[in-house]
Amino acid sequence: MPKTISEKILSNHCSKSVYAGDIAICNIDFAFAQDGTSPLAIRAFKKMGGKSVFDREKVAFVIDHSSPSPNEAISALHRLMRKFADLHEIKVYDIGSGVCHQVIPEGGHVFPGSLVIGADSHTCTYGAINAFSTGVGSTDLAAAFVSGKLWFKVPETIKIEIVGRLPYGVYAKDLILHIIGDLGANGANYKAVEFTGSVVEDLSVDARFTIANMVTEAGAKVGIFTVDDKTREWLRKYYRKPINPVLPDPDANYVDIKRYDVSSLQPQIASPHAVDNVCRVSDLSSVKINQAFLGTCTNGRLEDLRIGASILKGRRVHPQVRLIIAPASRLIYLEAIKEGILQVLVEAGGVVVTPGCGCCVGTHNGIPSDFERVISTSNRNFQGRMGNRRAFIYLASPATVAASSITGKITDPREFL
Amino acid sequence: MRLTGRVHKFGDNINTDYIISGKYKFKTLDMDELAKHLFEDLEPGFYNRIDPGDFIVAGSNFGCGSSREQAPLVIKHAGISSVIACSFSRIFYRNSINVGLPLIEYDTSRISQGDELIVDLENGTISNKTKGEMIEARTLPRIMREILKEGGLVPYFKKYKGFRF
Ligand code: SF4
Repeated sequence: MPKTISEKILSNHCSKSVYAGDIAICNIDFAFAQDGTSPLAIRAFKKMGGKSVFDREKVAFVIDHSSPSPNEAISALHRLMRKFADLHEIKVYDIGSGVCHQVIPEGGHVFPGSLVIGADSHTCTYGAINAFSTGVGSTDLAAAFVSGKLWFKVPETIKIEIVGRLPYGVYAKDLILHIIGDLGANGANYKAVEFTGSVVEDLSVDARFTIANMVTEAGAKVGIFTVDDKTREWLRKYYRKPINPVLPDPDANYVDIKRYDVSSLQPQIASPHAVDNVCRVSDLSSVKINQAFLGTCTNGRLEDLRIGASILKGRRVHPQVRLIIAPASRLIYLEAIKEGILQVLVEAGGVVVTPGCGCCVGTHNGIPSDFERVISTSNRNFQGRMGNRRAFIYLASPATVAASSITGKITDPREFL
Repeated sequence: MRLTGRVHKFGDNINTDYIISGKYKFKTLDMDELAKHLFEDLEPGFYNRIDPGDFIVAGSNFGCGSSREQAPLVIKHAGISSVIACSFSRIFYRNSINVGLPLIEYDTSRISQGDELIVDLENGTISNKTKGEMIEARTLPRIMREILKEGGLVPYFKKYKGFRF
């Protein structure tokens, strides 16, 4: 029987043919947790009677959510992680390494056809390079650390075909916000998404990471792309072994096939407090903002910082706005320094914080005050997400965030391009 | 496993912050203590109205929001025997099975507040004693039933030292 990409990858990892709806116990290629989820995973590992990790090359911790530690309670959790890692001789990507979803693929731990789990809901990001990767809970992670295996329900797949041409000033972020607005927060629950179409082929790998990253906001398990020359070039930098890309069979079984023509798409924005609450940026153009955030596992990559700098070059951040920038990894940070991007952003009035999650999840680095509005390149705008339940979060592309930081209100970036 | 209890009914999109308010989440890892605050913002005093074995019945997308395991743990520690909903958010579903909280996915529109149910997890049936109706829901896959039987993935792993298949 023909298979989707997900059915193929999961079948390859349990040595039998499995299809949507089946339960499979699969071998894991890589498993990790971040500093928010590691403590419970370590506890579960100990309670399970775990003596050693199944393969110390295939597991890691990333300290990115509260990094460097903002208080003693979190310092104690970080110490617990470092001690566990020391004991089991596993890798810790410590403070300053970057966001897990950039650091794990850059670390060469993800490859086409691989099966990766992370105790973080945005682990779906690596579908961009043809991996089946998905977020799990701390107990799942502990089980994988002990046994190298985990149970999966093989997901049904929605195929999303994106055609036409993205207009100037409209980016991958606008595209995925538009799709989530259309599918709804529950629209792809339990399902995998396969992305195809001429627009996808035109996108950079960075842009594909942005799209794959956000599929979980529609409930999806993973958002997968196929491999092309751009993927190969990206992989050559970070992954040195031969690869075996996974293609869907031509007559694979999809629960739904959706087609989006994006030729007339305009910049999109998600309003508080739901990611699927999406409209055109121009519809909100009088809304004042207090803080702008450029970074995260969605949009903290080199291309994103470059777009931000191209808009802010020779301009100033509005005096009533704080612009915070968090490069997604140390490598990106260094490249952004070399290219002069950070110089431009800092000269414009921006503040660069440690590579990592920055203020995305409200633990440190810029918690908004009551009734403030934040425009962010991140992926979630739930109430309280950035650490204050009385603040309001808008989600948009790096271009829209940069343009808005200049004017002090929500702004269509095409005015500045 | 046969479960018996009364229904506490909720709507759609019940997120993990309603289940256990974020303000308690980082305070303690003592789940019995956290359980006292179950649904506190949505329905003050809810914990005191639970009899051991009662069910939570909800609409679609139950458990959306954060991926932390506190949410299903708190429900379990409050004495709820199972959650029945039209659909669950993906990670909540995994976490519930892994911490030993049985879930049943079924159209719940005909189940009302206060109904008395008998749920048979092995056969996947729900009998509504109040309405005199018998519902054939789907049985959970075998691996999930086995994890639930042991009380979650931790005791399961402790016993079997890994997955049994
Ligand atoms: S950047 Fe934000 S969304 Fe991404 S892993 Fe960090 S906290 Fe999660």
